[in-house]
Amino acid sequence: MTKNILLSGVGGQGTITAAKMLTIGLMEAGYDVKMSEIHGMSQRGGDVVSQVRYSKEKVYSPVIDKGTADIVVSFEEMEALRCLDYLQPGGTVVVNTERIPSMTVLTGAEEYAEDVIEEIQKAVEKTHVMDASGMAKELGNVKAANVILLGALVKLMGLDDIDWEGIIRKNVKEKFVDLNLKAFQVGADAVK
Amino acid sequence: MKRLLTGDEAIARGAWEAGVTHASAYPGTPSTEILENIAKYEEIYAEWAPNEKVAMESAAGASMAGARSIASMKHVGVNVAADPMMTFATMRVNGGAVLVTADEPGMFSSQNEQDNRNFAKMGKMPMFEPADSQECLDMMKEAYEVSEEYGALVLMRMVTRVCHSKSLVEVGERKEVPVKPWEKDLARFVCVPANARVNRVNMEERTKKLAEYSENCKFNFAEYGDGKVGVIASGPSYYYAKEVFGEDASYLKLGFTNPLPKNLIQEFASKCETIYIIEEDDPYIEEFVRVLGIECHGKDVFPSYGEMTPNVLRKALYGEELPQVEYAKEKVIKRPPTFCAGCPHRGLFYRLGKRKDVMITGDIGCYTLAFAQPYAALDAAICMGASISMGHGAQKVYNKAGIKRKVVTVLGDSTFFHTGVNSLMNTVYNNSNTINVILDNRITGMTGHQQNPGTGYTVKGEEANMIDMETLVRAIGIKHVKVIDPNNLKEVDEAFDAFWDLDEPSVIITRYPCVLKKFSPADLEQFPGLFQTKNVVDAEKCIGCKLCQKTGCPALIFDKATKKVVINRADCVGCDVCTQVCPKNAIVKEEK
Repeated sequence: MTKNILLSGVGGQGTITAAKMLTIGLMEAGYDVKMSEIHGMSQRGGDVVSQVRYSKEKVYSPVIDKGTADIVVSFEEMEALRCLDYLQPGGTVVVNTERIPSMTVLTGAEEYAEDVIEEIQKAVEKTHVMDASGMAKELGNVKAANVILLGALVKLMGLDDIDWEGIIRKNVKEKFVDLNLKAFQVGADAVK
Repeated sequence: MKRLLTGDEAIARGAWEAGVTHASAYPGTPSTEILENIAKYEEIYAEWAPNEKVAMESAAGASMAGARSIASMKHVGVNVAADPMMTFATMRVNGGAVLVTADEPGMFSSQNEQDNRNFAKMGKMPMFEPADSQECLDMMKEAYEVSEEYGALVLMRMVTRVCHSKSLVEVGERKEVPVKPWEKDLARFVCVPANARVNRVNMEERTKKLAEYSENCKFNFAEYGDGKVGVIASGPSYYYAKEVFGEDASYLKLGFTNPLPKNLIQEFASKCETIYIIEEDDPYIEEFVRVLGIECHGKDVFPSYGEMTPNVLRKALYGEELPQVEYAKEKVIKRPPTFCAGCPHRGLFYRLGKRKDVMITGDIGCYTLAFAQPYAALDAAICMGASISMGHGAQKVYNKAGIKRKVVTVLGDSTFFHTGVNSLMNTVYNNSNTINVILDNRITGMTGHQQNPGTGYTVKGEEANMIDMETLVRAIGIKHVKVIDPNNLKEVDEAFDAFWDLDEPSVIITRYPCVLKKFSPADLEQFPGLFQTKNVVDAEKCIGCKLCQKTGCPALIFDKATKKVVINRADCVGCDVCTQVCPKNAIVKEEK
C-alpha cells in the first residue's frame, strides 16, 4: 500500500530540505520512493509543495491524487488550508502556527483570515497544531522549525525505526547537527 | 547502487555514463539543472550559451568534430534552436548528438504550452520519452547508440514532472567514447541544396530503419491484463494511468515515440476491447493510432492541455474526484510570486509605473512580475528578447500616427545577451527612439542564478571573459546611455527625464546585484556594503499612510492594531527604496 505525504509551505521555510531528508530516510529503509516538487517561483514568496510517496512495492505516480494524502504537514497556516484537497478523509494534519502574508494581503486586496487554524480543526479531526517556529527559537535557531516538523511527521507516520540521527548527521552542516537532533526529538515528543 | 535522483540529474548522469564530452545549454525551467549537474563531471566540457540556438549549434559542431554531445533547453528554447536543429537533423551525425527538450504541460513557469514531440515528427528525428528518472538515465545511454547507429540527432522529450520529481535510479559506470575521426566530407556536412536533396532522400531510408528499431525497442513494451481495457501511454502518463486503471487493464508503454511502432500498436489493440490513449499535450500518438484505423479514446475523453495526473484522469473518466475533506475554501488567499525584499527591480518599476502616456514592453525574467500590483508597470510579454523589438514596432506606429506615447522596453542582462542584442540593432538601424532598460542584476535570476556572458564566470565557476554591456550597446550605435543605481529613485527619474523626449534610441542600464545572488569578489568590490543594513520604522513618526507599501516590498507589514507599518527584520536588507518614499522620514537605519 502506497503512503502519501504532502509537505507545504512558503519559499525559504525549509520545506524542500525536510522533504529531502524524509526521502533519503525512506530510501535507506528499503522503500520505493517518489518525490515531486513544484518550486519554480519559490524564492519569490510563492508557495512550495513537496509530495512524497513510498511503498514496499513499486510506486507509480510521483504526484499525490486529491483525497489520498495520509498526512499534510504544513509550515504555514494558509498553506495547510490550501492543501486540504489532497488529504484523505480521516487523514492527519500537522500545522505550524506561522502566518506569512502574501502580496495580495499586504496590498489589501485580500484578507488573511484570523481563524485559519479553527477552520482546519473543524475540517480535520486529527489536527496537530504546533508552534514549531517558537519551539525552534527556544532551541536557538528559528530555521530548525523544519526539522521539528519532520520529527512530528516521522512519529505520526510510525517511521521511528529509521536511523534519522544518521540521516541528520549526513545532511546538515556539522555546526547545526546538535541543534537539528534536538529539534527532531522536540518535534517527535510534541505529537506523542 | 541505487540513488534518489531527479529526472534532470539522471539525464546528466546518463550523458556522463554514455561518454558525452561536450554539453551546451541555456537555462530555462524545468531544464536548467541538467547542465548544472553535467558541469559537475570533469570529463565533460560544459557551457552556458547565450541562447538555445547557439547551444544547439555548439553541440552540432562538437558532434561533427566527432564527440558525443548534448544540448538541453526548455520547450520554448527549442523554438529558438529550431533553425539549426531542423537542418542538423537532416545530416548524418558523426559523434552521437542528443537535444533535450523540457516541455511544460500545465505551464508552471512558462509563457505557453507546446508539445515538442511535433518537432520530432517535423524533423524526422528519433525521439524518446522517459517516464521516470531511471528511464532518463537508460534512455540517454540508448539515445547515443541510436544517434550513431542511424546517424541522427535524437530528441529527448522531458516534461516538468519527470525533470523535477525524484525516484530511485540504478546507476552505472562511464563508458569512455573516444572522439571519432573527422574527415573532410563536403557532401555530408555542407547543407547546400545539392547536398540537402541527397540528405532528404536518405532521411526516408533512415526513417524506415528507425521504424523497425521502434518495433523492437526495449522501451516500447506491452503488459497484458484481462483484455478489456487497453491503455497506450507515453512519459509519466503511463504511471498516472496505472494509478487510475489498476492492474486489470493492459498497457502499451511507449518510450520511443518517433517513429511509432505500427505493428506493436496493432497487435496490442487487437488484444483489447477498449483502447484509451493517454499522453500530455497534443494527440500525437492518438492521431497515429487513428490513421491505422484503430478505434480509440483519447482527447475526446481527456483534456488537450495540462498534466494527465491521476486526479485529472479520474475526473475525465468518471466525472468526479475521490472523496475529500470539506473546508472553507473561500478563506484561501492567493500567493502570487513577488519581487523579493531588496530586489533591485523594485525601485525601477515603482517609478516607471507612475509615468503617464507610456507603453512598457517586457520580457522573460523575474521582472515580468512588474505587470502585477502594486506596479502594473509592464504591458506586454511574449518571449526572450522581444521587449526591445516589440517596443520598436509599437513606437513606430505611435510616431507615424502622431500618437504621443513613449515606449519603454525592459529586459534583464541574460535576456539582453540572449536575443535582446539583435533587437537593439534593429532599433538603432531603423532609427527608432524607444528607451530601452537593461536590468543588469549581475546574474540570470529567474532560473536560479546561472552565469551569463556578463557575469565573468562559466557554469563550472571558472573565471571567464566578461562582455561589457555598456561598450557593446555603444558599439551598436546607441549614443545615449546611462548606468544607474535602481535603488536610487532620483537617479531613476532623472534618467527617464533625460531620455524621454529624444528622437534617438537610448539605453538605461540599471546595475545592482540580485539580492539572492552569491556575490562574487567583483560584486563586493563594486557594490560596497551590499545588503548589509536593516531599516526600521520610527513609530513616533509613522502616520500609517501606507505609501511605503506601494513599493510592493514584502518586508513592509501594516499593523492593524497600531495603524503603523513595521518592517520584518528577517526580510529587510536595507535597500532604502521605502526610505525614499516615506513622506515623514519615518524609515531609518537600524542602529548597530
